[in-house]
Amino acid sequence: MIMDTPIQIEERLWDYIDGLSSPAEQSAIEALLAENLEWQRKYKELLNIHQEMQETELDAPSMRFSKNVMEEIARLQVAPATKTYINKNVIRSIGAFFLAMIAGFLVYCLGQFKWSASGSSSTFLPRYDLDLDTKMRAFNWGKIFSSGYTTVFMLVLVILALVMLDMYLQRKKHQTT
Amino acid sequence: MLHTGLTDIELISKVLQGEQALFAQLVERYQNYVFTLVLRFTDSREDAEEISQDIFVKAYRSLADFRGESKFSTWLYTIVRTSCITFLRKKRLDITSLDNERTFLQLENQESGFKANTIEQKSRHAMVNKAIRLLSPDDAQLITLFYKGEQSLEEIGRVMGLEPNTVKVKLHRARHRLKEKMEKYFSHEVREIQGE
Repeated sequence: MIMDTPIQIEERLWDYIDGLSSPAEQSAIEALLAENLEWQRKYKELLNIHQEMQETELDAPSMRFSKNVMEEIARLQVAPATKTYINKNVIRSIGAFFLAMIAGFLVYCLGQFKWSASGSSSTFLPRYDLDLDTKMRAFNWGKIFSSGYTTVFMLVLVILALVMLDMYLQRKKHQTT
Repeated sequence: MLHTGLTDIELISKVLQGEQALFAQLVERYQNYVFTLVLRFTDSREDAEEISQDIFVKAYRSLADFRGESKFSTWLYTIVRTSCITFLRKKRLDITSLDNERTFLQLENQESGFKANTIEQKSRHAMVNKAIRLLSPDDAQLITLFYKGEQSLEEIGRVMGLEPNTVKVKLHRARHRLKEKMEKYFSHEVREIQGE
């Protein structure tokens, strides 16, 4: 029979004291407590600590505590429940947008691999297009960022940001009045 | 204060209907619980009182978010935890681990302070409370939640984002460390408790 280490004895006894042991384990511990002095000593020790902790009183704040809280909340109102002003459809749409972006990026990346198996080898590993780096370097990025489309896109973003800022400030104003 | 004997859920429902004054009953019911939990994070009673007050104000503001799926004390604890973490972040203290050198040094300083004042520690309850304060905030909170918050392992796990079994293991370790602290710094009182 394998002997329990002191830590294991403590763990089993804590479970027993907390009432978390299975019925079989409870019977086994009760048998050990009936005949084993070491277990009896440990049980008494843990039980005393357990009772002390149960009887320990909570710390109390100052006498004025609840009055202070009530004075503080007197000028406040309960905020509406989060679910009433968070539109789940908006969250779903944002999630769908990011998922679509990730999926598009993955499809683009996978499209850069050449999926042909080389020779008679049975291994089927994608071959990275080594020429891609050269192509990327040769690509004229300046052309994209100076095009009319990008300017329009940036303008739309700025307008959207301003509209959202305006909405936020309006809501703040309503809350304070 | 007139105590109407209403349950937490009934009180919350009435407060939400506009009977703001009834919130005082919830404050009185849970002020010691919240204050004790906050004291596990900070030694300053002034700070603890300020944080506790802020916790009740936050609880009032977001009372409509309490759906009654858990006990009010469990829901309140989520606010306690976030408020205390924010407070400690402001104080640039790392509460996550005892390995943190600064926290460890703080505890060491506390320990030496308590050791020097053992004569004053007459009360056994006070001794247990002081020993709990020597633990890391996480251990101390876990023990307080289990014994004083009357929270089950499942409920503690829910608010701490842990599996009940992990909570059980952490609780065992916390109690083991508590026992070590008691034996190390309050050996005389421990012998009294053991009836030796």
